[in-house]
Amino acid sequence: MEGSGIFENVKILEFGQIVAGPLIATYLADYGAEVIHVESKTRPDQYRLYPPFKDNKPGINRGYDFAIYSHNKYGITLNLRHPKGAEVAKRIVKNWANVVTENFTPGVMKRQGLGYEELKKIKSDIIMLGTCNLGQTGPYAQHPGMGSHLTHLSGFTHLTGWPDRDPLILYGPYIDFIGVVYGTIALISAIEYRRRTGKGQYVDVAQFEGGIQFLIPTLLDYVVNGRVQGRNGNRCDYAAPHGAFPCRGEDRWCVIAVFKDDEWKKLCQVMGDPGWTKDSKFNTLLGRKKNEEELERLIGEWTSKFTTEEVVTKLQSAGVESGVVKNPKEMYEDPHLNRYFWAEMTHPEIGKYHLELPSFKLSKVPPQLRMSGPLIGEHNEYVYRKLAGFSEEEYEELNKEGVFE
Amino acid sequence: MEEKNLIKDCRVLDLSNELGFLCGKILGDLGADVIKVEPPGGDPSRNMGPFYKDIPHPEKSLYWFGFNNNKRGITLNIETADGREILKKLIMTADILIESFAPGYMDKLGLGYSKFSEMTKDKIIMTSITPFGQEGPYKDYKASDLGIMAMSGCMYLVGDTDRPPIRTSIPVSYVWTGSYAALGTLMAFFHRQMTGKGQHVDVSGQASAAWSADTAPFYWEADGTMTKRVGNAIAGRSIHGAVMPAAYPCKDGYICWLIYGARSGGITNKETVKWMEEKGITSEWLKTQDWDKFDPGSATQDDFDQLTKPVSKFLSGLNKMEFLEEAVKRRIMGYPVSSAKDILENPQLQAREVWQKIDHPELGSTITYPGPWAKFSETSVGIQRRAPLIGEHNREIYVNELGMSDSELVLLKQGNII
Repeated sequence: MEGSGIFENVKILEFGQIVAGPLIATYLADYGAEVIHVESKTRPDQYRLYPPFKDNKPGINRGYDFAIYSHNKYGITLNLRHPKGAEVAKRIVKNWANVVTENFTPGVMKRQGLGYEELKKIKSDIIMLGTCNLGQTGPYAQHPGMGSHLTHLSGFTHLTGWPDRDPLILYGPYIDFIGVVYGTIALISAIEYRRRTGKGQYVDVAQFEGGIQFLIPTLLDYVVNGRVQGRNGNRCDYAAPHGAFPCRGEDRWCVIAVFKDDEWKKLCQVMGDPGWTKDSKFNTLLGRKKNEEELERLIGEWTSKFTTEEVVTKLQSAGVESGVVKNPKEMYEDPHLNRYFWAEMTHPEIGKYHLELPSFKLSKVPPQLRMSGPLIGEHNEYVYRKLAGFSEEEYEELNKEGVFE
Repeated sequence: MEEKNLIKDCRVLDLSNELGFLCGKILGDLGADVIKVEPPGGDPSRNMGPFYKDIPHPEKSLYWFGFNNNKRGITLNIETADGREILKKLIMTADILIESFAPGYMDKLGLGYSKFSEMTKDKIIMTSITPFGQEGPYKDYKASDLGIMAMSGCMYLVGDTDRPPIRTSIPVSYVWTGSYAALGTLMAFFHRQMTGKGQHVDVSGQASAAWSADTAPFYWEADGTMTKRVGNAIAGRSIHGAVMPAAYPCKDGYICWLIYGARSGGITNKETVKWMEEKGITSEWLKTQDWDKFDPGSATQDDFDQLTKPVSKFLSGLNKMEFLEEAVKRRIMGYPVSSAKDILENPQLQAREVWQKIDHPELGSTITYPGPWAKFSETSVGIQRRAPLIGEHNREIYVNELGMSDSELVLLKQGNII
């Protein structure tokens, strides 16, 4: 088994779009699961419609987001609003799938006749995972929303920004990715539980609930101490300096963090022990915290004389924490991200591109790079004929009736 | 409770610091028997605030309480010969070891993956969690949350345009890292259940945090666009580079309202404009829009402004809960910007029974935690025990489970080994 995938016999039928649904199955596909991504021509995965596009020209198969987050999957079109749509989906479950995932607004799958109770009748040990913003139950369950909205409801926006300014949204549908990690953990655990007990189950993942796990200490501070934590710029209660400082060039920044006395001494040495560092008010952590604004200005004057790489190399070789505030271009050039994050792939319309992999290396099982994100409906014939077992006549008939639109 | 656990017969030794805490906690949530191994006197991260009733004390760190529940705790000095021998005994009873020391440290102590793998006949899973991973030019770089955030690429994307890029005010990269470490470890555990073979899981904090950069780097690869911070706003949703506000000031804080297209966005736009009209806020431009066809992807800055300016005026007259309750009724997408207080009071989380009261007898009190993070029809996740006190389970584990004697325990304590 060494060198082969982890999830060899896991077959996922996925009704998902954008990030929160699809990426869960993508992570399993990276390690061997087979996945069918279901969408329709009338309602394609919305991430196909988001920029960026190849050469900034929109097109259903030209979007990077979809190609990156839904690689390693078969792509099929199935119109669930067609009277025969649900029946066809059930046939795929019966003949092929052992896991179903979805991220519609709660209730949609049930209304399509594809709720867990229905699917369980077809396959008694099926695992079904639904992921959405707020969960399948509760007073707000039916309220639709995107990840970019949920980042605000779940507390992250309130905790990002400067004390004297507006809160700042984190980039993209930030919380979707937290929901994805918790969702993937939940799904693998359910698969392991089925391996052990023979039982399938329904898994209800609320991205809101995964998100607040990241904030536990902040929540406990309110519960126990009644304190509502706010925004603190880049500062840290027990370190100084602790922030981003300007470097030579346009919009170039480095970070520096000093927690201990010896780190402060080393920082002073690297700066060439300028006169101001000998002022006793900067000698202690308490002193540096008290005079932090002045300290930050003086450090910024020093860093602006150098490139960000120069500052970081000097400080790290002296044993002081420092880092380049890497921009998107530098993310692609970074030697570590190329080891733990990026992988090259070729797409029929986009050409060569980089997709992203889970942020770890398993010593015995490399991630698999089988396919780029599918073109819309790319694998209809293969999936319906070979995997779901429709005869040629059935396939042609359903196709004519518009079931695969 | 046993049959309610998702995983079973899984013992985890957790030697990690704050970068790895969440990894062991998640495995504990799933049902693993997690033993936190701290140096004698307690882990230095017990000094991380906030503290219970603001009393700075290693047994009162809320940071520690939050990410180390569902773990038992022992003390062990692995830099002593006796400590190393005891860890080797423990390894023979374990399935997983989690550590977050600098690359090479465990090997130097003779406690590396190859040694443990040989001892356990290939059975052990070892998860190593570091800022940049075990190999590469930055592997020995010092990095706390700030350094990881900067190097991951996600910090560059956030901040006001006239000030430096910014991190989130709490160390989120540690939990990004710990959660991905749990995912990798669980994959390795499932693989071992299938094949009998363990492996080494090498987790990068930088790459974990990089996931939160979302689609931003793709613009660079697609057409050379460098995505930058835009303050309290969202860019990258229109091919014309139009920017929209994200959080609007309201009577008691901020409300998030965003422009989307397709069906869900169409309903939001239409219903918001209708609600605004009821309050007497409208414009010629708003009246002439066909919201079923409005496509933000091809909208210009003027289109966005025509919509967001009246929305801004409208939202400024509401308070957070008033907006949320009405938005739910009208199927308008958008939420308040929640503080910790708002989250604790959120009706949905309360109805979903997310909050769990956990006893802390030594404090003479109970503390409310967010417990389950998903609902399962056959099983459950949640908090089953509070975080351990320093060396709380030394006797239970060393004497009752490993078969050492009480007098050995006394000796090891005096030798500063446990």
